[in-house]
Amino acid sequence: MLGSDDGSEGDSTGSLVVDGRDPRAARGVAGLVLQDPDSQVIMARVGDDVAFGCENLGVPRDELWMRVREALELVGLGVPLEHPTDALSGGQKQRLALAGALAMRPGLLLLDEPTANLDPDGVREVRDAVTAVLGTTGSTAVIVEHRVEAWLDVVDRIIVLGADGRIAADGEPRAALAAQGAALAAAGVWVPGREPTIARRRGPGERPTMLTADSLTSARVPQQPLRATVAHPLEVTVAAGEVLALTGPNGSGKTTLALTLGGLLPPFAGEVRASTELAAGAGDQPIRWRSRELLTRIGSVFQSPEHQFLTPTVRAELELGPRAVKLSDTEVARRTDDLLSRLRLDELADANPFTLSGGQQRRLSVGAVLATRPRVLVLDEPTFGQDALTWAGLVELLEQLRSEGTAVVAATHDPRFVEQMRAREFAMPGRRP
Amino acid sequence: MSGAEETGRAGRPGPAAGRYAAAFRAINPVAKIAASLLIAVTLALSVDAASALTALVLEVALLPFAGLTWRAFWRRTAPVWFAAPLAGLTAALYGRASGHVYLDWLVVHVTDGSLHLAVITALRVLAIALPAVVLFATVDATALADGLAQRVHLPARFVLGALAALRLVGLMRDDWAALELARRARGVADRGRIRRFAGLAFAIFVLSIRRGSALATAMEARGFGGSGPRTWARPSTFGGREVVLIAIGGLIAATAVAVAVLTEQWAFLGT
Repeated sequence: MLGSDDGSEGDSTGSLVVDGRDPRAARGVAGLVLQDPDSQVIMARVGDDVAFGCENLGVPRDELWMRVREALELVGLGVPLEHPTDALSGGQKQRLALAGALAMRPGLLLLDEPTANLDPDGVREVRDAVTAVLGTTGSTAVIVEHRVEAWLDVVDRIIVLGADGRIAADGEPRAALAAQGAALAAAGVWVPGREPTIARRRGPGERPTMLTADSLTSARVPQQPLRATVAHPLEVTVAAGEVLALTGPNGSGKTTLALTLGGLLPPFAGEVRASTELAAGAGDQPIRWRSRELLTRIGSVFQSPEHQFLTPTVRAELELGPRAVKLSDTEVARRTDDLLSRLRLDELADANPFTLSGGQQRRLSVGAVLATRPRVLVLDEPTFGQDALTWAGLVELLEQLRSEGTAVVAATHDPRFVEQMRAREFAMPGRRP
Repeated sequence: MSGAEETGRAGRPGPAAGRYAAAFRAINPVAKIAASLLIAVTLALSVDAASALTALVLEVALLPFAGLTWRAFWRRTAPVWFAAPLAGLTAALYGRASGHVYLDWLVVHVTDGSLHLAVITALRVLAIALPAVVLFATVDATALADGLAQRVHLPARFVLGALAALRLVGLMRDDWAALELARRARGVADRGRIRRFAGLAFAIFVLSIRRGSALATAMEARGFGGSGPRTWARPSTFGGREVVLIAIGGLIAATAVAVAVLTEQWAFLGT
C-alpha cells in the first residue's frame, strides 16, 4: 500500500493528495523505506547510495554532499562514504535507506515494516534512528507495522486496519490498544501484554539421540555464499521430542549450522552423525544420503519460503515429497488433505504458492516438509515477520510434533519462540575477531 | 566489478603497486574504453602479421604499467591466452587454403596459407583482447556509469538502471546456492542434472524479476525517472591523464599501421 502512496506503483480509485498535489507530481515530498533491506540498496558505496535521491531531484553537487553527510549523521551510520554497501548488516542497510530518503528532505516519511527482516539489535537500531530523525526534522512519519511494541513510544496515533480493509481503531496509541486490544490480538496484531501463549504438551516417553555433531566447523567458501564462518568447533546433540534453538546475532553462523545439521552442507571439519534409529539403513552421515532418503529422516525449512517452492499449486507442493518416496495414491491424498486443513490452506489448494501471503507461504513451506513425516525438523527463522495468529498456529503445530517425538531444531532470534517452546538454547559462539 | 580490490593490494606487488595503481584506476573509464577501441578497430581493418605483432610488442611493454599486480594480470588475461591459440587452431584447420598442403581431411585443409593465417589470427586476438581486458580490469562500475552518462551522454535512465541491476548479480548467486540446497531438501535432487538445471534457471529467473521490480520501486521512491533535470554527485572528469591514455592507444594503432605499410604487409580488410 505504501508503494502506491508514493505514486510509484499500482492503480487506485478515490483521491490522494500529497502536500496539496497529485503524488506523481510530488516526487520527493514523501520518503519511502521498505521492508527488505537487500532490495533497497541501489549503489555500491554508502555515500553514492544516499546521494542517489538528491541527484534525481536535481540538487546541486555541493549542497548534495552536505545533505548526504547530514543524513548519515542523523541515522547514526558512522561509516566512511566509500564504505561498500554490500558489507552492511540488515539494520545498517535499513538505516542507509532511511538516510537516502532523508537526504531528499521529505516532509513525510513512509516506513513499510522497516524492521520486519531484522534481528532484535537491528530493530532497536532502526527504531532509535527513526526516533532521532523525527525529533530533529519534525517531519511526519507513517509506519506500517504488525509488531507494535517497538514503536509504541514513538508514535502519536495508531490506525488499525481490519481484515476487511476498514478502519478498526484510530487514536492515541495506548488508549486505542486498551480499547481494541482484545480485538486486535484476535486479528493477529502483536499487542503488548496480549502475546499468544502455547499450551505445553507431554513429551514422548523415550527421547533417543537423533543427531550428533562432533567438533563441527564450517568456513565461508567463495563459491558457497551460504556458509558463514563458525569460530570454534561445535558439539551439538539433537534428541527426539526436544526443541533445540540455535541463537546468536546475524552472521554468527546459525543458518550454516542448521544447513549442516540438515544434511545439506558438508561439514568443513568434524562430522554430523545420524543415530542408527534415524539413519534406518541409510548410512550414518546425512550429507551422504541421497536427496530422497532425506525426506523421511530430516526435513529442512528454509528462511525464505520462495526458495523452496517447486510446483505450480499448493496441493502439488504438499504432494511432491510423498510422491518422491513412492507412497500410494490414497496415502498421498490422505496426508495432503490432512495438512491442507491443519494449515488452514484448504481453500487455497489450487493457488500458486508464489501468490500466497507471507504467513501462508511459511505454513506451506513447513507443511510440504511435514508431509513425509521426517523424524528431525530443521527450521531457519520459522517465525520471521509473522503476525501473532500465524505465529501461534505455527508454534502450536511444532509443539504438537515435538510431543509426538519429532526432534525440532530452529535457528532463531525470536526470544518468544525460545520461551514458549521451552527450547534448549544453543548460543552460537561469537565470531573470531 | 571487483577489479578495484585486486589492483595494487592483493598478491605480490607488480611494477604498478600502491599510489601509481590507484592513480591509474582513477582514470576515466571512458578513456580506457576509447584507448582499447582505437587499437581494436585499427587492427580489425587489416589482416597481416606486421601490424598485429607491432601492436602486441608495444602493448606488452606497456601493460605492466596498467595498474594490475602480476597475479591479477595473469588471472584476468587467462581466457585470452587460452582463446588466442584456439582461434589460431581454427584458422589453421579451416582457413583459406593455399601453398603446400600438409593435411587434407574432409573440410580440414592445413596448408601454407592456413598456417600463415593461424599465426596472424592468434596474434590479432592477443593484440586486441589483452589491452581491452587489462584496461577493463581497473574499471569501477560506478565511475563507468558516470562517464557514460556525463561524457558520452547516454541516457541516464538506461545507464543507472544497468548499474543498479549489476548489484543484483551478487544476490542471484546467493539465490542459486539456496535453491540448489532446497532442491536436495525437497527430495528431487537425485534426478537428472540437466532437467534440474533448467528448473533452477527458471526459478532464478522468477526470483530475479521479483527482486528487479522491488529495486525499481525503491529507485522510483527516490525520485528516479522523474521529469526534472538530474544532477551528478560525482563529477566525471576528463583531463590530462585521459588524453595521454587515449594518445597512447592512438600511437600504438598508428605505429602498427605504419610498420605494416612500410613492410608492405598492410592488407586492407584482407585484400
